[in-house]
Amino acid sequence: MHALTALIIEDEAAIRRFVRSALEDEGYRVFEADTVARGLIEAGTRKPDVLVLDLGLPDGDGVSLLLDLRSWSKVPVIVLSARVDEVDKIAALDAGADDYLTKPFGIGELQARVRALQRRRSGDGSDNGGGSLVRLGDTVTVDLANRSVSRDGQPLHLTQLEYRLLATLLAHRGKVLTHRQLLQEVWGPGYVEHSHYLRIYMAHLRQKLEADPAQPRFLRTETGVGYRLL
Amino acid sequence: MDDDLRPDPDALLAALPAPRGKLKLFFGAAPGVGKTYAMLAEAQEKRAAGLDVVVGWVDTHGRAETEALLAGLDVLPRKQIAYRGKQVAEFDIDAVLARRPALVVVDELPHSNAPGSRHPKRWQDVDELLAAGIDVYSAMNVQHLDSLNDVVSGVTGVAVAETVPDHVFDRASEVRLVDLPPDDLLLRLAAGKVYLPEVAERAAGHFFRKGNLIALRELALRRLADRVDGQMRAQREVQSRAPVWATSLGVLLVLGHGDEDSAVRQAARLARALSAPWHAVWVDRGHAGAAARSSVLAALAQAAEQGAHTLVLAGPLPASLIADYARRHNLSLLALSQRGNRPRWFWRTSLQQQLAQRAPELNCLILAAGERRPAATTGWRWPRAGAGGGWWQTTLASLALTAAMLPLRGVLDAANLVMLYLLLVLLAAVRYGRAPAAWAAVLSVALFDFFFVAPHWSFAVSDIQYLITFAVMLTVGLVAGQLVASQRQSAAQAGQREAHTRYLYEMARELGSALMPEQVGEITGRFLRASLNAQISLWLPDAEEQLEALPDTPLAVDAALVRWSFDHQQAAGQGTHTLPDAPQLYLPLQAPMRTRGVLVVAVPDVLALADPDNRRLCEAVAALAAQTLERLHYIEVAQQTLLSMESERLRHSLLAALSHDLRTPLTALSGNAETLLLALQRGGRAEQEQAALLLAQSQRITRLVTNLLEMARLQAGGVTLHQDWLPADEVIGTAIAALGSVLDAHPLQLDIDPACPMLYGDAILLERLLVNLLENAAKYSPAGSPIRISAAAEDGRILLRVADRGPGLPPGDPARLFDAFSRGERESAISGVGLGLAICRTIADVHGARLSAANRHDGGACFILSLPLRPPPALDFDPENLP
Repeated sequence: MHALTALIIEDEAAIRRFVRSALEDEGYRVFEADTVARGLIEAGTRKPDVLVLDLGLPDGDGVSLLLDLRSWSKVPVIVLSARVDEVDKIAALDAGADDYLTKPFGIGELQARVRALQRRRSGDGSDNGGGSLVRLGDTVTVDLANRSVSRDGQPLHLTQLEYRLLATLLAHRGKVLTHRQLLQEVWGPGYVEHSHYLRIYMAHLRQKLEADPAQPRFLRTETGVGYRLL
Repeated sequence: MDDDLRPDPDALLAALPAPRGKLKLFFGAAPGVGKTYAMLAEAQEKRAAGLDVVVGWVDTHGRAETEALLAGLDVLPRKQIAYRGKQVAEFDIDAVLARRPALVVVDELPHSNAPGSRHPKRWQDVDELLAAGIDVYSAMNVQHLDSLNDVVSGVTGVAVAETVPDHVFDRASEVRLVDLPPDDLLLRLAAGKVYLPEVAERAAGHFFRKGNLIALRELALRRLADRVDGQMRAQREVQSRAPVWATSLGVLLVLGHGDEDSAVRQAARLARALSAPWHAVWVDRGHAGAAARSSVLAALAQAAEQGAHTLVLAGPLPASLIADYARRHNLSLLALSQRGNRPRWFWRTSLQQQLAQRAPELNCLILAAGERRPAATTGWRWPRAGAGGGWWQTTLASLALTAAMLPLRGVLDAANLVMLYLLLVLLAAVRYGRAPAAWAAVLSVALFDFFFVAPHWSFAVSDIQYLITFAVMLTVGLVAGQLVASQRQSAAQAGQREAHTRYLYEMARELGSALMPEQVGEITGRFLRASLNAQISLWLPDAEEQLEALPDTPLAVDAALVRWSFDHQQAAGQGTHTLPDAPQLYLPLQAPMRTRGVLVVAVPDVLALADPDNRRLCEAVAALAAQTLERLHYIEVAQQTLLSMESERLRHSLLAALSHDLRTPLTALSGNAETLLLALQRGGRAEQEQAALLLAQSQRITRLVTNLLEMARLQAGGVTLHQDWLPADEVIGTAIAALGSVLDAHPLQLDIDPACPMLYGDAILLERLLVNLLENAAKYSPAGSPIRISAAAEDGRILLRVADRGPGLPPGDPARLFDAFSRGERESAISGVGLGLAICRTIADVHGARLSAANRHDGGACFILSLPLRPPPALDFDPENLP
């Protein structure tokens, strides 16, 4: 089994330095690039298992790199953003990023995100054969084949839209889904501006699935950006 | 940003015109029938029904029963106006407008106000009250109706000067006839119950004859029946929806033949009876005297007021001008007064005959001469063309010609000499007009007689045939002079019109490139000076709707009248109904969206503004200026928008760059410190303590920088709120999650009302606000003490509370806590620079929410965010998703 590889595309050497050691601690072989152009070449040649991408690069925008990358690769991407504006994060997520971190961030945080993405990636390959049962925490079980949900062994009635929302989140488990992506998948393209639909149904879903809806364990809110199922 | 971009609905509603008030007229056949009594009785009923009724003007003339009806009604004081050294009491329209009652009683509608009042007539005061949305009760008698005025004075032999236009009567919402049979009225008169004004008293003998009273009563009843008939017809038309527009009958009144007032009245009555459009024209042939001219212009103004289109035509051939005009405007009925029908000289055909020749398809109506009215004195004036000269020149030329021909006496035939004199007369006519030509003719005849007709050196005439020579010479002089004069006159008028058109064209072109209101004032002033020799003053509203004159227009004007014209969007001053004695004309600048200001025009020759041509020119200039000002306004709005967008973009990119430049080294700092710490921990090295300090301090700087940037972003203004509907538990949940381990030492008590409606706000900013409040609560309360968070709707607002069990708020005004860089205790061991609460308050402000702090009665502090409750958004109906 070959070592996992990671690619860091970041123009600031000091940041590359500690991100590199953080990823090496996780057992990755790390490659670096400091421009969009170099980054694309590295991504094409090294075929990394995870990509850490800074949004502000000297020769271009990280979002354009993402759009390019997504046309030929499904590698998990974590975006680093120094900008406060959520608009940039949403743009990156809509362009195909899997997760984001706002600078400055802690090393533990970065490592946790990378692990989560890697788990999902390997899960994609192996778990599907294991059956259609998915567990959320200790209490909730989703049977994808029968489209049924149970909590503490009791069958739980979900409306069609609630189920579709849950299924969409499950399909991208661990990944941050923006409001727009969720609305488009669950309600359809005509509803992408109606984010209050999403919030209302998410509240219903939390009432039914979470022990404490105000402090959800797996239906997590990414404020101003979207939702993520852990 | 300019408000014009996003119109405030309230402002839009306010801009809508208030519904027009209703006029109820108490209509009688003669004085003394009890109109005032009936009117006050009805006003009392309205008052009893709870309406705000005031009495603006009522004269009870000491009648006790009428006076008793005033009891309990609010009678407004009268306005004292100084007129010719006397104090005259008048109805105070401004008092009513300021008081804004639901209903005002204003008696004696036909009354003429003292000069210096706002309007010359009381019915115009009433009109303004109605326009302001105030209902009015008023009273009048049949003899005061404009169209019946002649008839009544014909019947009774008493001329009535004060009249009310018929449209006031026709447009009144309700007319109540106050009727009293003539015998009863005579009885009342005999009993002294009818007050007679002084003037009428003298005529009382005439007026209150039974025959008169019967005739007046019939007139009143018939006029009222006409009104009812008209209403019924209008109603039927509305119901049948069948437009009755078959005839293209239009009336053309030709003025200028005397009896103008009567002619206008008759034509107006005719047009009304036919429901036809009507025009009034005057053919200015250039020889009308000032008095006649002004009387015709006044009649034109009166016609315009009665709904006519008015125009002054110019040319030597009235018949063809009139015929052309009538054809062009599709007017098939020509009305002229009797005088116009009479030829001035026996050999001339009358105007009517000429018209019959030129336009046989036109119907000609000869109006009856006005009854018992002195015809307007038609002054005679020498033609304008050539006026002011030629007397000396023609005299000298005649003498010179005589002197030059004296040696030729006997050589040339007398007939040829006469020809030369004739030539001289003709030239004089062409050059100097009719009067010098006549003078030249007389002089030539005298000189010719004296020097060339035997016996020489005497005025005696031996041969009678020379008389023919004299007559021919005189006639040639006069006719040529007349022809030239009227030709000049029409050329001058055409030239003036052409000049006006050219001026307007050039002005429009120049205004097209104007970029400042001052330029509009300058261009407008220049053109009106060039065309009418007028001075102007341009008044424009500022941001607070206060009108101010442009600096370059130093005209002494009545600011109150400017305001009135602006507010009422009506012309005022010279030649209008509102303060017609003012020396200037005030024109509101009406543009499509709103009134953009007021143009004040002062003309040295006051009569010039009465000419419809000049008035039209002024109005056209005002319209052009208004449109230009509106265009300038929108250019300014667009520029401001662009500017604010640009500055917002700049601010945003500046903050983004600052944020990036600060966060990048901080990321490197804290990341590398953490790496170092982890490595040292693994090695069990003692330096790990320094590494931990490094990390903690860098994190502290990060928090500080984040707060400072956030504050800068919020305070720089122009924060774009990404408002959305947010469930309260989600907002609170994300704030708790964002704080992570900070809250570990405090048990949380969540109390979120399940019925709490969704909040409308910016998710990130509200989370930030709650994070800061929770962080404060954790920081200032002892470890292990609970923090309570609650959300509920109360009194139309949504309240979010964060309460702790700490020491409570510091003494002093709790509001001071929210000031930037303010902390509870000056030097405390707890870190922070006091930006947290300031950020909270700014966020609350941009949400239109209130943030307050108080001590809990059982210990600890409580911060309350009070958000406005908004109606929640609608969801598409989804039966399956009903709870």
